[in-house]
Amino acid sequence: MAAREISLNLKIWRQENQGKKGTFENYRLEKINSNMSFLEMIDVLNEKLTREGREPVAFDHDCREGICGMCGAVVDGIAHGPEKATTLCQLHMRHFRDGQTLTIEPFRARAFPIIRDLVVDRSAFDRIIQAGGFISVNTGSAPDANAIPVAQTKAELAMDAAACIGCGACVAACPNASAMLFVGAKISQLALLPQGGPEREKRALSMVRAMDREGFGNCSNERECEAVCPKSISIRNIARLNREFVRASLFSDENE
Amino acid sequence: MKLDPKIPDGPLAEKWDRCRFANRLVNPANKRKYEILVVGTGLAGASAAATLGELGYNVKSFCIQDSPRRAHSIAAQGGINAAKNYQNDGDSIFRLFYDTIKGGDFRAREANVYRLAQVSNNIIDQCVAQGVPFAREYGGTLANRSFGGAQVSRTFYARGQTGQQLLFGAYSALMRQVAAGKVTIFPRREMMDLVLIDGQARGIVCRNLVTGELERYCGHAVVLATGGYGNAYFLSTNAMASNVTAAWRAYKKGAGFANPSFVQIHPTCIPVHGDYQSKLTLMSESLRNDGRVWVPKKKGDNRPPQDIPEEDRDYYLERKYPSFGNLVPRDVASRNAKEVCDQGKGVGETGLAVYLDFRDAINRDGLDVILRKYGNLFHMYEKITAQDPSVQPMMIYPAVHYTMGGLWVDYNLMSTIPGLFVLGEANFSDHGANRLGASALMQGLADGYFIVPYTIGNYLAEAGSGPLTVDHDAYSESEREVGRRLEALLANRTAGKKGLRTVADFHRRLGQILWDYCGMARNREGLEKALSLIPALREEFWDRVTVPGSGQELNQSLERAGRVADFMEFAEILVQDALARGESCGCHLREESQTEENEALRDDEHYSHVSVWAYSGEGKPAQMHKEPLVFENVRPSQRSYK
Repeated sequence: MAAREISLNLKIWRQENQGKKGTFENYRLEKINSNMSFLEMIDVLNEKLTREGREPVAFDHDCREGICGMCGAVVDGIAHGPEKATTLCQLHMRHFRDGQTLTIEPFRARAFPIIRDLVVDRSAFDRIIQAGGFISVNTGSAPDANAIPVAQTKAELAMDAAACIGCGACVAACPNASAMLFVGAKISQLALLPQGGPEREKRALSMVRAMDREGFGNCSNERECEAVCPKSISIRNIARLNREFVRASLFSDENE
Repeated sequence: MKLDPKIPDGPLAEKWDRCRFANRLVNPANKRKYEILVVGTGLAGASAAATLGELGYNVKSFCIQDSPRRAHSIAAQGGINAAKNYQNDGDSIFRLFYDTIKGGDFRAREANVYRLAQVSNNIIDQCVAQGVPFAREYGGTLANRSFGGAQVSRTFYARGQTGQQLLFGAYSALMRQVAAGKVTIFPRREMMDLVLIDGQARGIVCRNLVTGELERYCGHAVVLATGGYGNAYFLSTNAMASNVTAAWRAYKKGAGFANPSFVQIHPTCIPVHGDYQSKLTLMSESLRNDGRVWVPKKKGDNRPPQDIPEEDRDYYLERKYPSFGNLVPRDVASRNAKEVCDQGKGVGETGLAVYLDFRDAINRDGLDVILRKYGNLFHMYEKITAQDPSVQPMMIYPAVHYTMGGLWVDYNLMSTIPGLFVLGEANFSDHGANRLGASALMQGLADGYFIVPYTIGNYLAEAGSGPLTVDHDAYSESEREVGRRLEALLANRTAGKKGLRTVADFHRRLGQILWDYCGMARNREGLEKALSLIPALREEFWDRVTVPGSGQELNQSLERAGRVADFMEFAEILVQDALARGESCGCHLREESQTEENEALRDDEHYSHVSVWAYSGEGKPAQMHKEPLVFENVRPSQRSYK
């Protein structure tokens, strides 16, 4: 596509560290090539700030191809910006107008404290996985791979759920800052596969407890999470999480 | 530098068994007395840390990202090879071994590659048991696809996200060990130095990327799984934070660096389109199963691709290599793309691109079938380029992707520093001069799940579980040196001085030198020129780089500056290695060494060795040592894919 050049007014959240108060600051950028990615646009801003002897904007990013889940910010009120099913690094400037004003702020949630500018601490997600987002199989003790047949439809559904990149946009978009889509995706993947069977109840109970402990809210069916998810993870996974949780609550041997 | 590869005696197929039997064991009750540091949480690092934890060792796991789940293994798309022979199409351990060693142009060790093929099957079993959702046939068995450099279908995959799914498998095993109290994770840490005590690797100094503080960690052994150095070229398919720093610090403490010039340039990437560009995006090689590569026959033919009739198209891979066609290995595909573009037949705005066309596959199988296989890749391509590959062909061009070179290791994956083990892309061990598609995931997981857990025990049993402390002088000395370097990088923190440049400016220029003179084709004149340009650029870097902020906070400019500073030093041995290797082999094409048909010409008489570079002090030239390669089971032949 033929490139255009656009100018932008940016309002970006600046916050020195977790303890300090943050504020929006305004920046103007000229001649932004419309084939740039959103993060490349921030690179251009940061290069400019550095040349002027000012502090660049801190933001998390790594693979820049939409898979690592490290990047993410709220652009004009939408986590990862206006394009559907797109991480911030895969959002391109061709989707913006010349002269547009953009407000850029970090993912906000009680469970995601701000570290600096647009960088937040998402280690709560790791702790939820530690609570049961795995199958307990030591290296070396696996049977032959084809000894566990899995129906293609089940494998595909498990893969749909497993595609979650753990970016946290679902939490940022939810009015309750709920992590149900993230947790539902992992629980679904493992509940759909025969390998996940033996720990099914324990996993559901333990991961939901961990989610509550971390300070994430509950689901009230707003569907905001699904709308912003860069991997289009379906809220059916939340329904499955609820079923798994109820099932485990009724039938688990470990219930107190 | 002594280079003993420690290859076990006996027939090829028995070497790994013999090694495991000869290894001393640490009894289960004693394993808890050992501390192991694992740096990096990609496929190799996460699988190693998890497995060592399962065995009972105490493990500390470090990563640069905010979570171990984000390491760049996650971006691998196409698949993972294994010699399962589920397709009944003639595969075997020996065939996978042979394809891999031939693909690497006979510049890898037979014993290592054979072991890799042997454990490949265990990897698939392990991953399936962990719940990795591989693609399946209707009957519920595992599906396979073909990949470049092979004529059997042995690649297991999870859509175009195989690396992600395998990494999540390893990450979940790691998280399980964290919950069990056997592994402690340290995210947002960057290893700044390796600490040696009495000549043995005993610890690391890290920078806490959030607070900026330097932290000391000690262990009975140190495992580096810190990935490759493709970002030395500035533009590559690597993640932004991928770097050579950990490996380079180890090199400066005495670890040999093997074959640094072996850099894989992947044929199917989205072409460069502007100077603001921060990275290149790979389109999986699996696309070459159904996509046909072509350029217009006539120079400067700028008709839209759909208006160019069949007789005016040159399907140059199918024409030159009828038996492998579009599935030739990566180095061959890349070189041919460069060749047709150099002839002026390249397409797109820059003329540095070729077509990868799905028209015939869509007509044959239907769009549905093609989208089921490659839908996410088509989608990704369209996001970046705003063009739909189901309507018009993709445009692709080669880009720096994977580094076969890395720290030298023996058969046990131990470097020349006792107690320092190196896994995955960070070592040099298995891919020779060119890696085949779907073999990186295999090697990372082989090293982490199935090799180092055995071989590290042998070292630990001998080294003993003596007390550890971070109060040793070696740590203070190392911290001082790291601190001095950080201060030097921050010398121009404000823009007062004239002629200051950003880290990215310097990185871009370094990358340009390497791409121009040490890229897809190399010659003496160009390499010598690069060797004169790099030290001058390095000097200018230390004089004129501006890094704002301080060292006592989250400072991404400072992080990047440190990595670029190390690339500036490392680039010199990369180019020296390319200069010292006067033959062409695999990815390394020396223009002086070609056949009459312009194919790479290997010179086994003079270069059948691993080149290992040793640090000999600041400002002194690196010394090259050789580990001869011995072939007892295969006869190195001129590679032919015709």
